[in-house]
Amino acid sequence: MENYSVSLTNTFHALADPTRRSVIARLSSGSASIKELAEPFDLGLPTFLKHIKVLENSGLIESKKVGRVRTCNLKRETLAAAEKWFDEQRTSWESRYENLDNLLTNITEKDYES
Amino acid sequence: MKADLQFDFLVDKEQNTMTIKREFAAKRQLVWDCHTKSELLDQWFAPKPLTTKTKFMDFREGGHWHYVMVSPDGQEYWGRMDYQTIRPIENYTSLDGFCDDSGALNPDLPRSNWNVTFKDIGTRTLVVSIISYQSSEALQQIIDMGMKEGLTSTLERLDELLLTFN
Repeated sequence: MENYSVSLTNTFHALADPTRRSVIARLSSGSASIKELAEPFDLGLPTFLKHIKVLENSGLIESKKVGRVRTCNLKRETLAAAEKWFDEQRTSWESRYENLDNLLTNITEKDYES
Repeated sequence: MKADLQFDFLVDKEQNTMTIKREFAAKRQLVWDCHTKSELLDQWFAPKPLTTKTKFMDFREGGHWHYVMVSPDGQEYWGRMDYQTIRPIENYTSLDGFCDDSGALNPDLPRSNWNVTFKDIGTRTLVVSIISYQSSEALQQIIDMGMKEGLTSTLERLDELLLTFN
């Protein structure tokens, strides 16, 4: 249960950056060490570690140090839940407003008839 | 939705807020009535395939709307919208929350703040709804509840989502 109350603010902040999105995409095909993750980027290690920290704080990834190697994993449930929820909210609003369009059309037509 | 009616759905990461902007091809008074009279709300408020039924409505500052959204298989989702400020046909603010069929709020779940504004755009009306949670923890709690109740299914779309990050 530790730290499950993940901040969505952090989730979306984390996903706003292209480097961090690439890291997420890479981790979606399996865990990787910090060194492996940093390889494709032309960034200094301290800068890259800041990105990793943001992703960890957001609850999107977790990391474990074994010996001298730190390995990162994607925490899929965090990513999926937040995205899915907002997506469903959007769909709900689209649907209810379509209902309202229809209602407004019905009322307006009735007014013309009477 | 009619093709030329504006629809924007914005998520503000800093403020735990959703902003929904939508135009309607009707006069402001009528659009206002549809948001504030229960016999009209009952005809549109629940997204399909759910339907809305009002148990109680007292649209005034300090009053509330007690409603239920019913799914085709009879599942009921009770809600309660408490009205805080009302400026007729311009704006209202309210607190929405989960409750039971007696109207008693679920004390364990955070409520959302609604700020709904109505503006003339020529012969049309623009409705801007700002829905916010007090903290990211509150929003997370709502999302977790959605997952637990199966309102939000979890992983099915994730691979699709991850593709968009490449």
